[in-house]
Amino acid sequence: MRVYLDNAATTPIRPEVLECYIDTLKLIGNPSSVHSSGQQVRQVLEEARESLAKSLDCDRSEVLFTSGGTESDNLAIKGIYWQRRDEDANRNVVISAGTEHHGVIDPIEWLEAHEVAEVQLVPVNFDGELDLSWLAKYLEENHSKVALISLMWANNETGVVTDIKAVTTLANAFGIPVHTDAVAAFGHVQTSFKESGLAAMSISAHKLGGPVGIGALIVSRATKLVSIIHGGGQERGMRSGTMNAPAAKAFAMAAEIAVRTLDEERARLAGIKNTLVEKAKTINSSLGHTAEKADTLPNIVHFTLAGGSGDSLLFLLDQDGISVSTGSACQAGVNRPSHVLIAMGRTEDEAKGCLRITLGHESTESDIEALLASLPKAIDATLKAGLSSQ
Amino acid sequence: MKVLAAMSGGVDSAVAAARAVEAGHEVVGVHLALSRMPGTLRTGSRGCCTIEDSMDAQRAANLIGIPYYVWDFSEKFKAEVVDDFISEYQSGRTPNPCMRCNERIKFAALLEKALALGFDAVCTGHYASLLTDEEGNLELHRSMALAKDQSYVLGVLTADQLKHSMFPIGHTASKDEIRAEAAARGLSVAAKPDSYDICFIPEGDTQDWLAERLGSTAGDIVDMDGNVLGNHQGAHGFTVGQRKGLQLGKPAADGKPRYVLAVDVNSNKVVVGPQQALAVIELSGDRFTWCGKPKDNAEEFFDAHVQVRAHGEQVPAKVAVVDGALVMRLEDPILGVAPGQTAVVYLGTRVLAQTTIDRTVSAVDAFSTGSASAGPVGQ
Repeated sequence: MRVYLDNAATTPIRPEVLECYIDTLKLIGNPSSVHSSGQQVRQVLEEARESLAKSLDCDRSEVLFTSGGTESDNLAIKGIYWQRRDEDANRNVVISAGTEHHGVIDPIEWLEAHEVAEVQLVPVNFDGELDLSWLAKYLEENHSKVALISLMWANNETGVVTDIKAVTTLANAFGIPVHTDAVAAFGHVQTSFKESGLAAMSISAHKLGGPVGIGALIVSRATKLVSIIHGGGQERGMRSGTMNAPAAKAFAMAAEIAVRTLDEERARLAGIKNTLVEKAKTINSSLGHTAEKADTLPNIVHFTLAGGSGDSLLFLLDQDGISVSTGSACQAGVNRPSHVLIAMGRTEDEAKGCLRITLGHESTESDIEALLASLPKAIDATLKAGLSSQ
Repeated sequence: MKVLAAMSGGVDSAVAAARAVEAGHEVVGVHLALSRMPGTLRTGSRGCCTIEDSMDAQRAANLIGIPYYVWDFSEKFKAEVVDDFISEYQSGRTPNPCMRCNERIKFAALLEKALALGFDAVCTGHYASLLTDEEGNLELHRSMALAKDQSYVLGVLTADQLKHSMFPIGHTASKDEIRAEAAARGLSVAAKPDSYDICFIPEGDTQDWLAERLGSTAGDIVDMDGNVLGNHQGAHGFTVGQRKGLQLGKPAADGKPRYVLAVDVNSNKVVVGPQQALAVIELSGDRFTWCGKPKDNAEEFFDAHVQVRAHGEQVPAKVAVVDGALVMRLEDPILGVAPGQTAVVYLGTRVLAQTTIDRTVSAVDAFSTGSASAGPVGQ
């Protein structure tokens, strides 16, 4: 039996969600069709939208279904940027941070390269926390130039949680929309969209026990954005293409369970995380717990191994039947120095020795015991292999 | 044995890995990421231009049924192979990057990492054979498939490296046989074309690639007496023995084609002359290694064969170690050998030694090259 500790990459679909998903896939009809078959599927879709809205504490009309987190990020960032710049050509600044997911950084860099955007990055400290005093000062002086702010709710590599309310309070004083990538956060921290002050929020189903291929962008009713996908005008004209009703229903169900069980699950995972962090400290002094002083998610534990390469560690643990992550790999599967760690002030070599352990709804203490049993030997061999290949 | 199969994404290394599995070894496939695309300021370097090869290697590993990983050697590769390639050209020498890669990456950095992580050997898809002599010493021999023989580029391996190497396809009669076997195994890379280019110059134009990195400074093309015949856009763009691309207006007095005889990067001159002036009769190199057990009484000249190009002919020679250098006296002159190239010494089919050529002795007059920076003799 393999031990799966890469739940931030994707987490197993919940059995009851899988059953519901399969059943719904049997329905015939396009939700946009006028006939009864279509209406039947439309009903499934709209019930899913209402259920998800409830889990998110937002209005049903604010939920736009997408294919996942990356599409949601692209729609929010490009859509809001174009909308705001069209309203006022002077607004071309996009504020973000170096620790963001590629789903956010890459669209922003694309806007910089192709749409004359100017990018400003909020400084990040050694523990991955944002310098909000910098943001306050920057907005004070430059608010008229800012098109939007995009800062993640929680970091997918280190688990560091951002005080989103503090960000929106600063931004909303100047009427600047804030988007957040909440893919890692949703289902693991309380995320009330209504109270957040956000303009838009990206979420994804497969990180909380739903299927891959469905996500949503929550867009406040006050926020206008330009569509980036054109066609049949589905999802309020913001996301054309036939809606995926069975996946939406499965997503809504997984979200409902995650939100309903959030408090007890947080406590359970925090206990497991604590065991791991405490015991890991005794294994090898080269193994350091990242972002120790920051507020982090209970399901993400990030370590750096000084003098070791993450791909060696991953390989050895994989050979022992344990699936972990280095936190950052390219399309071809190459372990890269993590841009998140580099943004947090680590050197390239330090950013290569990453080990990310992420827990999910199926994780147990015994998974961590298996990891802790394999780690000492794997760390020794990894340090022996060193960074010579790098 | 626990074997690391280096998988390039090509058909040879895929079949080699499959054969290692069949031989009863515990095999893990590893693709080496050797070049990287420049990343952005914010995300750092990411991705690599070998993505298709990596996917091909992964698919082959899946079909063979072995675990598969990609290991990043791009920094080491840049420092040890790419930068070396550039600086060798910059010095007017002609390097062989595949040999450097075998010497410093595949059978050095990769092998070291593999041993540290618990492997016993590295297996590759090279066409070469490992045999054992009567005393139990490992010997590297030419492949049965002589047309594909790659023992030349493995000439840098030492006895210790041979101990941890496996070449499962060396005993195959031809590449066609490998392709047929790959097809029979259902490997999708069975019909993948061979790669001939230098892997880090994907467009295949070495001169353009070098010019981008070394710049181009116009200089003279001169004859053996120093008379200016034409000009060029950078001496490093020329290799000894080159005939095409000289673009000399005036024909030679005898009407015969002219060849590059020497590249002098210091004075930025390219020396050209008749083909016979290219002929060399003796080669020597200071940085030589034995491939396996050293030759007994190597200070005395012995009969051997020498090969100076990956797919070149071997020529008979008398070879000895003289004053710490490997000296090869060729029985018949060969044309266009440049310092920086590698000479591999064979005893029958066995690879005995190799050296980077530092000096050549001309077959006609004293038209010899001393070191990388030496100008043409005869001026």
